[in-house]
Amino acid sequence: MSAPTGITRVTLLKDLRLEWRSKDAVNSMLFFSLLVVVVFSFSFDPTAEESRQIAGGLIWVAFLFAAVVALNQTWAREIRNQVLDAYRVSPAPANSLFIAKAVGNFIFVSVLEALMTPLFIAFYRLRALGPVWQLLMVAVLGTWALVVNGTFFAAMSLRTRSREIMLPLLLFPISIPALLGMVQATTAILNGEGARFWLVLLATYDLVFTTVCLLLFETVLNAE
Amino acid sequence: MRDDLPGMKKAFPILGVLTAILLSYALYESLVAAPTEQTMGDVQRIFYYHVPSAWTAFILFFVNFGASVFYLIKRNPAADIVALVSAEVGVVFCTVVLVTGPIWARPVWGIWWTWDMRLTSTLVLWLIYVSYLFLRRFSSSGQTPALAAALAVLGALCVPFVYFSIWFFRTQHPQPVMGGGGSIDPRMLHVLLINWLAFSCFAFLVCWSRYRLESLQREVDQAHALESLMDLRGGA
Repeated sequence: MSAPTGITRVTLLKDLRLEWRSKDAVNSMLFFSLLVVVVFSFSFDPTAEESRQIAGGLIWVAFLFAAVVALNQTWAREIRNQVLDAYRVSPAPANSLFIAKAVGNFIFVSVLEALMTPLFIAFYRLRALGPVWQLLMVAVLGTWALVVNGTFFAAMSLRTRSREIMLPLLLFPISIPALLGMVQATTAILNGEGARFWLVLLATYDLVFTTVCLLLFETVLNAE
Repeated sequence: MRDDLPGMKKAFPILGVLTAILLSYALYESLVAAPTEQTMGDVQRIFYYHVPSAWTAFILFFVNFGASVFYLIKRNPAADIVALVSAEVGVVFCTVVLVTGPIWARPVWGIWWTWDMRLTSTLVLWLIYVSYLFLRRFSSSGQTPALAAALAVLGALCVPFVYFSIWFFRTQHPQPVMGGGGSIDPRMLHVLLINWLAFSCFAFLVCWSRYRLESLQREVDQAHALESLMDLRGGA
């Protein structure tokens, strides 16, 4: 195994182990999105037909807000004891670190989605009229779009004052096309319509932004 | 960093006077000389401010993208100032677009706002560049240029996605004046172009003075930093 992938693997396993022992990110995300679900269902009280129209938006807004909770913690651990500075002076490639962090966040948010989706289905009496495998594709592509940009902007907001406020301010505007894609695709599939356009858009978005984040991450990590 | 070329100092007031003349001529042309639109009446005249502001804002955002890429490659501090200045002035012009639009839409469409393609994408564009200015404000000075340039590149890449995703909704906005197949009275087009010229000159003038202010500010900051460094040495 070559050095860059080795570093990615080690960093990823370290993060997963830390998360497995503390369960900080997943627990706080779960509780947060549970709160969002409950508050939304109080404020709308929809029928089955209405909820099919709005569920796409609700699900993804809940996941987006919850993901910000986890993304904000991504780099916090590396700041303590100057781990990030040590990483910067080491010859390890910056992108290995970035990929490890992005994949780690992807796993955390996917776990959250897997646990929360049954709850959404129960609370909002959802039943998809379209193919369910497409929903899975939307989830994978959409989650990656959120975490790849989120990990990048979390690293960027490390270097700012009031960094916890900064992340959503940076992440949300850039994520609007992806978010629109996820919401529209989910709503279309729930209503039994095609979502091909949105899936292609999401895949292209993922491709472009992953590439650019990888190209620029070293600049952001070493911004001094 | 500062423009100490002797010609530049003279050119600034000349450009200022020229812009003032152009702006007043454009004002006369759009409020008095331009023909009144048949169905919309006088309210259509806001178009002479709305459209040139939009064009100017888009050009400035494009300049911001170019300057940011240049900064990432060459690490040129002047490019960073150009990026900052063009984003600031671009956001101002984009705000003008977003304010004049609803003022026109209320009497003509009967609504202030609709989630149509052009309106929505302009709003998202505005949001992206406001977040850019937030980043510049909140990050500490030494790291700002590189971070801001990275964000500017991501933001500019986001624009085609914004257009394509929102293109899926039905469009209510009038077709673009140029190349949209719509017809426009040549007299109106003339007024529009005069306005655009005046607005571009005005934007350039503001950017220029803001550029000078920003580079002076940076020189002052550097001098202060140097001074405190000297004091430390003197004290030790």
